[in-house]
Amino acid sequence: MPVTISIPAPLRQFAAGQSQIVVEAKTAGEALDQLTSTHSALRRHLFNDQNTLRNFVNVYLNDEDIRHASGPDTPVKDGDTLMIVPSIAGGAVIESEVGQSLPELSNEEILRYSRHLIMPEVGMQGQRRLKAASVLMIGTGGLGAPVGMYLAAAGVGRIGIVDFDVVEESNLQRQIIHGTKDLGRRKIESARDRLRDINPHIEIETHESRLTSHNAMRLFRNYDIVVDGTDNFPTRYLVNDACVLSGKPNVYGSIFRFEGQASVFWAEKGACYRCLYPEPPPPGLVPSCAEGGVLGVLPGIVGAIQANETIKIILGAEALLINRLLLFDAWTMKFREFKLRKDPKCPVCGEQPTIKELIDYEEFCGMAAHQAPQPDTKLEEISATELNARRLRGDPIQIIDVREPHEFEIARIPGTKLIPLGHVVSRMNEIDSDVETIVHCKGGVRSAKAIEALKRAGFQGRLINLKGGITAWSEDVDPRVAKY
Amino acid sequence: MIRISQELLNQIREHGVRDYPYECCGLLLGRYGADGKVVKETYPISNAREESAKRNRFLIEPHELMRGERYAMNNDLEVVGFYHSHPDSPAVPSQYDLEHAWPTYSYIIVSTSAGQASDLFSWEQEPDRSRFNQEDIQCQ
Repeated sequence: MPVTISIPAPLRQFAAGQSQIVVEAKTAGEALDQLTSTHSALRRHLFNDQNTLRNFVNVYLNDEDIRHASGPDTPVKDGDTLMIVPSIAGGAVIESEVGQSLPELSNEEILRYSRHLIMPEVGMQGQRRLKAASVLMIGTGGLGAPVGMYLAAAGVGRIGIVDFDVVEESNLQRQIIHGTKDLGRRKIESARDRLRDINPHIEIETHESRLTSHNAMRLFRNYDIVVDGTDNFPTRYLVNDACVLSGKPNVYGSIFRFEGQASVFWAEKGACYRCLYPEPPPPGLVPSCAEGGVLGVLPGIVGAIQANETIKIILGAEALLINRLLLFDAWTMKFREFKLRKDPKCPVCGEQPTIKELIDYEEFCGMAAHQAPQPDTKLEEISATELNARRLRGDPIQIIDVREPHEFEIARIPGTKLIPLGHVVSRMNEIDSDVETIVHCKGGVRSAKAIEALKRAGFQGRLINLKGGITAWSEDVDPRVAKY
Repeated sequence: MIRISQELLNQIREHGVRDYPYECCGLLLGRYGADGKVVKETYPISNAREESAKRNRFLIEPHELMRGERYAMNNDLEVVGFYHSHPDSPAVPSQYDLEHAWPTYSYIIVSTSAGQASDLFSWEQEPDRSRFNQEDIQCQ
């Protein structure tokens, strides 16, 4: 394809004085290679010794920065124009930052990282940068597991881990950083041991606490990059805001059932999480993985993408997931990508930010829900123990299980009737409105929704939610009922 | 050699003082001639930026430069260089500046301290990128 490259004035002396040069190429990178093979004196002004574009040199394909597309691999078509535009460096302020020398690698480390070192994109310089880098991981769950393991293996010099949980049986289906021997241990200890085993040359710092508005800024300050492996909205907004306020890149991932998302939110360079989602969803609308399930390998894939982007940030690579939201569906095995734009009205990273310090995120995520239409009547609840007592007394009650049939197969409370949440309204006539009805699910969220739906549909009988669902039943009444 | 009027030099100094303690920056618009460059206008970019922008590695982002280029083109001018200030430090380029520059452009640096501008020098990169040479400023 013939593509026109416009040559900036100061470089024309290296291109025989021409201001525009037409080359034949299929990608932007190929076009630049063509250009610099004809005019070899241009090359050193555009590319560094590692043969990548100098970081102040920007290439625009018809007004779009190719770094925001596929970098050098961005396809070009007939009639496209490539513009070469420099960014202008500042002087004094960054001097100290640039002057920092990178740590040396020992012979053992050189051997260990040899597969990195032989690639010019990493090389000695890149590996030393990895050694000099520090990354804070929020959570050592499904996402944190591959993130931590790959960053440790890659030689990221200092890894901080934040978690407050203990390892449970139901974690092991996907949280591969923990093993069966670790059941009941604190996750940060189990994770630390695993990472140390993978790579004894790195430093691991454990922070056993919940991430809060009080400790986030202090924690983030000591790291270059933050990787979000959380599973709830308050913490996700907290991580985002703290990253924006402290100027750190936030490597984001999230998972649900078979679908995953990943992006790099870096306010100085592009959109943040709030530009994408200004408001959290009402609580309960988006089920958690505990409620909706997750394919065990999915966080492995998404977390590996997060690790990949983290390493690229450290290496100074291009084509990061900045302003790009990657969507992955493990069931159909498809990747899709959305372009993101920085929102000038974003309350935290916009032109006139209203959020200048961390807020109460539980409240923020709860308050948004408060504005959503709520049923007038209060939800009536019963505990598992109470329910059992009533059953033993022979009270006339019926129990409706609103889980899915495959969950019913895993475990059930005896004497219940299964009507999955999606069918409760259409099968309302199967529920006797003259008898008190207990509704249950796995943890109590879906059953509350079922009650709300039934009330809205005009169901007249008394509806009571089983607090904690079948999980509470298993814990408090009958341990023979399997927990899942 | 770069030719520039006293008035434009003063504008650069004033911009530096106004943005202190932050770095100021802008474009030099003019024409390339056989005997060097002549500056006809300055095109300020920074206006005492927010704290967060201080962490930017780059003073002038490419989209800002493109805007300036367009303005220059419409006024039959070209970008012939850039100016920026070094608050509380000398008006000489750093190694970092060297790695992030192109030859031919003029890089004017003005040293600023509280309330006043002192040295102002112009620098041009050696075509082999090895160093910056101080460039003669011919004040018109």
